[in-house]
Amino acid sequence: MNAYVGTATSRVDGRAKVTGAAKYAGEFAADLLLHGFVVAATIPRGRIVRLDTSEALKVKGVVDVLTHAHRPPLAEQDEAWKDEVAPEQGSPFRPLYDNSVKFNGQPIALVVAEDWETAKFAATRIRVEYEEEAFATDLESERAKAAKVDQPHKPRGDASAALTRAAVHHEADYVIPSEHHNPMELYATTAVWDGNGKLTVYDKTQGVQNVQKFLCSVFVRKPDEIRVISPYVGGAFGSGLRPQHQVVLATLGALALKRSVRVVLTRHQMYGLGYRPMTIEHVALGANRDGTLEAVMHEAIAVTSRFENFARNDTGWGEQLYKSPNSRLSHKLVHLDVATPCDMRAPGAASGVCALECAMDELAVALKLDPIELRLKCYSDRDQSENLPYTSKQLRACYARGAEAFGWSRRDPAPRSMRDGKDLIGWGMATGVWEALQMPVAVRIVLTANGHAKVSCAASDIGTGTYTIVAQVAADALGLPIENISVKLADSSLPQAPVEGGSWMAASSAHAVLGAAEEIRQELVRHVQAMPASPLSGVDAADIILVDGTVAEAGDRSRAVSIADAMRHGQVERIEKEKLNEFPEDKSHARNTHSAVFAEVKVDEELGVIRVTRVVSAVAAGRILNTKTGRSQIMGSVVWGIGMALHEETVMDHRFGRIMNANIAEYHIPVNADVHHIDVIFVDEPDDRINKMGIKGLGEIGIVGVPAAIANAVYHATGKRIRRFPITLDKLLN
Amino acid sequence: MNNFQYSRASDVADAIRLLAADPAAKLIAGGTNLIDLMKENVERPSRLVDISRLPLRDIEETADGGLRIGALVPNSDLAYHPLIEQRYPLLASAILAGASAQLRNMASVGGNLMQRTRCAYFYDTTTPCNKRSPDTGCSAIDGLNRNHAILGTSRSCIATNPSDMSVALAALGALVHIAGGNGERTVALTDFHRLPDDKPHVDTNLGSGEIITAIELPPRGFARNYSYLKVRDRLSYAFALVSVAAALELEGNAIGEARLALGGVAHKPWRKLDAEAALRGQAATPDHFGRAADLLLQGASARSQNGFKIELARRAVVRTLMQAANATPQSQAHKKIA
Ligand SMILES: Cc1cc2nc3c(=O)[nH]c(=O)nc-3n(C[C@H](O)[C@H](O)[C@H](O)COP(=O)(O)OP(=O)(O)OC[C@H]3O[C@@H](n4cnc5c(N)ncnc54)[C@H](O)[C@@H]3O)c2cc1C
Ligand code: SF4
Repeated sequence: MNAYVGTATSRVDGRAKVTGAAKYAGEFAADLLLHGFVVAATIPRGRIVRLDTSEALKVKGVVDVLTHAHRPPLAEQDEAWKDEVAPEQGSPFRPLYDNSVKFNGQPIALVVAEDWETAKFAATRIRVEYEEEAFATDLESERAKAAKVDQPHKPRGDASAALTRAAVHHEADYVIPSEHHNPMELYATTAVWDGNGKLTVYDKTQGVQNVQKFLCSVFVRKPDEIRVISPYVGGAFGSGLRPQHQVVLATLGALALKRSVRVVLTRHQMYGLGYRPMTIEHVALGANRDGTLEAVMHEAIAVTSRFENFARNDTGWGEQLYKSPNSRLSHKLVHLDVATPCDMRAPGAASGVCALECAMDELAVALKLDPIELRLKCYSDRDQSENLPYTSKQLRACYARGAEAFGWSRRDPAPRSMRDGKDLIGWGMATGVWEALQMPVAVRIVLTANGHAKVSCAASDIGTGTYTIVAQVAADALGLPIENISVKLADSSLPQAPVEGGSWMAASSAHAVLGAAEEIRQELVRHVQAMPASPLSGVDAADIILVDGTVAEAGDRSRAVSIADAMRHGQVERIEKEKLNEFPEDKSHARNTHSAVFAEVKVDEELGVIRVTRVVSAVAAGRILNTKTGRSQIMGSVVWGIGMALHEETVMDHRFGRIMNANIAEYHIPVNADVHHIDVIFVDEPDDRINKMGIKGLGEIGIVGVPAAIANAVYHATGKRIRRFPITLDKLLN
Repeated sequence: MNNFQYSRASDVADAIRLLAADPAAKLIAGGTNLIDLMKENVERPSRLVDISRLPLRDIEETADGGLRIGALVPNSDLAYHPLIEQRYPLLASAILAGASAQLRNMASVGGNLMQRTRCAYFYDTTTPCNKRSPDTGCSAIDGLNRNHAILGTSRSCIATNPSDMSVALAALGALVHIAGGNGERTVALTDFHRLPDDKPHVDTNLGSGEIITAIELPPRGFARNYSYLKVRDRLSYAFALVSVAAALELEGNAIGEARLALGGVAHKPWRKLDAEAALRGQAATPDHFGRAADLLLQGASARSQNGFKIELARRAVVRTLMQAANATPQSQAHKKIA
């Protein structure tokens, strides 16, 4: 029974959020709470030779200043610092570990005081002397040092030869700048000292159990000594996958002082955390005159830190998506004196597919083919990289539905051919693709005889709507009104969950709920069938469902017993079941979500001002659990895609190795005025192979393709190809 | 942030006294600029003299038919005041092009005139900046200077003045009323802000210990033919790359009086009388507007990243004058350039 799944159910936590009842990491109170303020390094590379805290310690209200030379012990092995999502290769950054400075903005001291203002003031009284070392932060000037780090990819055919032979070929560099997540909520941790060395840590994170294990390993604690809670997260987008500096620092403070400590990073300091790495994406495509591809080559050159190899799949999407007998990929890293990059919404794909889909557009122009037609010419029903069928792939329908809604057939292919007064109109499109992953997640459901159920799991809801879909799936599976379901998430003591990321949480948590609810059903069926003169006696257990608060025969709901009666007869007050989801191993199919994105831009011809007046995003992502929160995910992603195309860029002065726009006045993201009409279409994509419910996940697919669609529209409007993002008006005027 | 003393001024004379008693004291009105700079340790006043409750919130007509606007009138109140909307819509438009509704509610007229540059180096105390720390050097000249000045720069500083309101005030010929230990004085808005020359740390000609009490608008409001156009990197809530305040008096298609000022291109709102004079008596055509733009931009020079501003400014001037001539002023609410 699907009373809730698939509907536009409003967020179950919406009221708590808008009324302020929802508490975030930096809002939890504690007795005798202390406040920590971070002191950050002001050079990109070198050693601290003197860190004088004496003036700071004299400030009334300052309790202590923690530094590498004055702190409780921290684990010494790299392995201890590797959290669940740390890059495999490298040595993770350790706050306040030693006197080395590895990047500008690195935390080097924590001032702990009775109140935040005092801590902040005292921080200005700390004197630091460095021994500076030569450094490099500019990817482009260090490009020659790029080195391959991946497992060598097995090329298909001979792409270079095919490219040379190809009737038509296109080859270019696309440059995507570094970008910071800028979630609305600042990174914060309140580490509550519970006494006897035990801590309850309220943290802004995408994975409480990841943080809990990390803290236990870094501070060498027993698992029951640290509990991590993160009930609400005001956006994270990947920046909260790894434990961040503030959680280490707050915990350090609490352990050092045996008091509760809160650390909130400033917006500026959040630019010392991870970011989407700048990449130079080199794409080369070779085609026959009819538009079939002969060669796909994609090389990404990305920034990483000197101490960790962060690399994502930027380059694999073209060879997976498009039929081509020859392909070659490579991902190279340049090690610079910067913080390690991290995942940011659709990591790898957002940048790589942007380049790929701009290149496809350029190829379509060279071939004089409609961009959709080109994509259909090399459309593949099989995953080209692995040569596997998909569990489902409705990308063709995305093109068709998106084009229809957008009015694509009315497009005049010639650049600069469409106008609205002083504005040039441009229409562009692009493909989006992402993975449909699922991970082990366990859920506990406690059903009480009054027909209420408590569902709990350690998974985070980072604003995506996990609370809501868990409640929906549970309400349907248990046959209860959604008001009777309460969901508890993001407490490390709850049943297991990985970090919330990769778009895997919807499928993973829903199936865990389904599993636990099934065990509850089975127990209820046993109670009912054991009743004297049971109305369900003789009915096959498989034909018995939970519906409308009863245990009923599926085919004849008049044969039913209320849950309350069933439990009374079974003499149970509560039924508690905990279940780990089970996804049968299936290596025979590829799992992906897809989209077709259409964008209209209007460009003021004289002034170069660009407006994205319309975006249609047609998404095929299996079953949509909640059309309201799902639509929000896609809309938010499209807005971000507008930002990627036109606004976002972390600007560094490489002479200082410093980020110079580390605030959200100067780091531009789209504002309301930049966002016009956004049309989200969910294309039907039944999929009974991927998992029971046919869920694929929506968190990331929405951004992939958007920047390319906009860039392609800008080309169509102006005849100018801007391959260096963001596309600002100066680039059009030049 | 530094520790500081706080005093609330009981009247203008008290504010002046408090400033005189402590050379490192600063006035605070809406706080939207000063507090940010204090948080970044750029401004480190020893004392804040809070003037926000002084009775400088009136908008009154002057004897000659102009308006006198108290220094503490909030930016929003000013923009939405009926007399401003009707008689000086150029000013209303320029104010609404700036910042956000929340900021405009807090920001005062005096504070807006005194807001400091947004040059990133000025804000970052770890980098050299002559404006913040005299004689340390200018990081922008050979650094990130995409949004820096193209006019009136010096070897010491190429920063811009970020105010939108001031650009309209310059075009309208506003006066600034100032009170200080030596009594009251009045300066033209165009003489209020300075060029950087070799003293970029001094933004304005306001003396130490002086306070802005009001601005005064002359009677001419240009309410029929005006426009304020702000070109920026996103469509709202961003500082100008280039902005133009244009106002015309037309007799038929002939220009009687013309006013033209640029924002985002110099250390002060950029107005040149010869550019306006060249328009008087001419027909309101793009050609004539282009010539005025050339005069206004004479001497413009760029650094590595801001060259686009010269041509952008030229085109923006022509567009804005056309908007003014056609009586189709740029709307600050629409998401589109008219
Ligand atoms: C994110 C952001 C975006 C913004 N965008 C724009 C924009 O697009 N366009 C724009 O024009 N502005 C913009 N602003 C700036 C805003 O207009 C100013 O911050 C505001 O006008 C300052 O007024 P205030 O009363 O808050 O000044 P305060 O911060 O109180 O004071 C600023 C300075 O003025 C001095 N001062 C204040 N009153 C007087 C007085 N009566 N006499 C003498 N000195 C005085 C103070 O001592 C201080 O030095 C933006 C600001 C922010 C934070
Ligand atoms: S332009 Fe002016 S404000 Fe900017 S760094 Fe140079 S001196 Fe400082």
